[in-house]
Amino acid sequence: MRRPSTPALFAALLAFAGIAAALGVALGAAGLSPRAIGQALLGRGDGVAVGIVWSLRLPRVALGFVVGGVLAVAGAALQALVRNPLADPYLLGLSGGAGLGAVLALAAGVVSAWVLPAAAFGGALAATVLVYRLALVAGGGLDSRMLLLGGVVVGAFAAALVAGILSVSDAVQLKTATLWLMGGLGGVGWSGVLVLAVYAVPALAVLVAESRALNLLALGEEPALHLGADVAVTKRRVYIAASLLTAAAVAAAGIIGFVGLVVPHAIRLLKGHDHRVLLPAAFLLGGAFLVLADALARTAFSPLELPVGVVTAVVGVPFFVALLRRWAGR
Amino acid sequence: MRGQGEAGAGGAGDRARSAPSGAVLELIEATVRYAGAEPPALERVSLAVRGGECVGVVGPNGAGKTTLLRALLGQVACASGRALALGREARRWPRDELARVVGVVTQREEPAFPLTVREAVEMGRYPHLGAWRAPGSADRAAVERAMRRSDVEALSGRWVETLSGGEWQRVRIARALAQEPRVLILDEPTASLDLSHEMQLFELVIDLVRRDGLAALVVSHHINVAARFADRLILLAQGRLVADGPSAAVLEPQRLAAVFGWPVTVHRLADGSVQLFPERRPIQPNAGAAS
Repeated sequence: MRRPSTPALFAALLAFAGIAAALGVALGAAGLSPRAIGQALLGRGDGVAVGIVWSLRLPRVALGFVVGGVLAVAGAALQALVRNPLADPYLLGLSGGAGLGAVLALAAGVVSAWVLPAAAFGGALAATVLVYRLALVAGGGLDSRMLLLGGVVVGAFAAALVAGILSVSDAVQLKTATLWLMGGLGGVGWSGVLVLAVYAVPALAVLVAESRALNLLALGEEPALHLGADVAVTKRRVYIAASLLTAAAVAAAGIIGFVGLVVPHAIRLLKGHDHRVLLPAAFLLGGAFLVLADALARTAFSPLELPVGVVTAVVGVPFFVALLRRWAGR
Repeated sequence: MRGQGEAGAGGAGDRARSAPSGAVLELIEATVRYAGAEPPALERVSLAVRGGECVGVVGPNGAGKTTLLRALLGQVACASGRALALGREARRWPRDELARVVGVVTQREEPAFPLTVREAVEMGRYPHLGAWRAPGSADRAAVERAMRRSDVEALSGRWVETLSGGEWQRVRIARALAQEPRVLILDEPTASLDLSHEMQLFELVIDLVRRDGLAALVVSHHINVAARFADRLILLAQGRLVADGPSAAVLEPQRLAAVFGWPVTVHRLADGSVQLFPERRPIQPNAGAAS
């Protein structure tokens, strides 16, 4: 399989992202015409249309783009960190911790729009710290195998607590929590996008700065060290940055599966494993993918809305299988 | 071309040249202890490796060979004594600066993701590139040189997982050469190679030492091959240095029998090197009763 050149790849990804964003703004339950949307984007015309485009659809597209991009980058970085191609952002117990945080907040009777994401974020961070502590070995370094095992254990423990709490909650709470856990991009608005960006930008910068070190880490820790990587520092930074990204994404949009697993692989198969290209490319593709998936989730059974995680899984799995087959036939 | 070419390059790493002794790698009375293990893994070991010299490190399992390398690479601290790379404390080298002067090839390496041979060799430039700089013409030239020198040009587009063990080791030597090091450290480089690939690899290493003036430190269980190629052998046992010198002086039958716990005879070859032959010691059917 021939690899596209880097400029060609980014040109294609940018075009794809543009199309996804346009569709994300154009499609929706209100059935606005392209002309009305164009007018509304310029702030002219019907006030209701302007409101729908600027207050509902644009922030939703922006949030979907950032959440998808962030999950894809976190997945790509974690795959190199634990040297396992099947790693995804939720592998390390984060989703369990976030879920537990959210459910605890609901069980405590708090239903404010702000408390739920904050509780989920706190839960995800608590899980991150716990797994990190578990994975610290005697020498003070992070053991990748212990990261994986610790993540599984902490995730399972949190899931058990969530199930326990939900089983003694009332039906309304149960539905709110379940829906929230399934993930969705609605009802967050510009402020949510802004909060996510505040966390995402520095964490993304850290991961991009560690790109070459991640390339080396994929060879193994010994070779990475011999090729000049400060392995202990890199692992710590990557784990913390990827966890922050995931926690912020979960807080903003719940748990959306498959973006962080499938998108990095699509780029790896297309273009190889240089993280200097992989991370930014995964961001663009992950963002575009989630925006499209959300557009589909909103319109497929309109006016009913599917959880976007259902769409990412239904679209992602066959795509992944096709890519794998192509990879095997290389 | 090496050596003086780098002299003006500046940078903290290049300030440390060779030690006054002329050694590029040096242990001075070095003792290394691991937590929870009573006898030290390395005890008061002194040795020096100079440019243009190939030194073999041999000894039984658990003799301290790997610890010796770890001390020289600054991966483990000395409880007492010193470990120096190019005259500077090994632990004080930033990892990227050390990787510009010392290349390491280990026994095994399995990348988590597919790589081409060229991509693998290009990673040898990372210590020079840092996090951001794009490879320039000097970097590309170093990669080409390294691939030519290790005879892996023809493999350039191959996926590394399709290479034979011998080819993959040559690629990793090429990657180490792309680092443009002054020292090459090889840890059991031929443990999984057959006879011809093992000889090819050692011929390549000795050629790099003779023609390019690299220093090579080779840890190997294959004492006879090490004895054929190395200018000097260092024999370790139970963390102590037992002997250091030309193979003919180090490989004495009584000493080897004591160190390895097995009787050996030693034969001198026409080129002056010696080869060792373990003696047979068949299991007696009624050994238990006899002794």
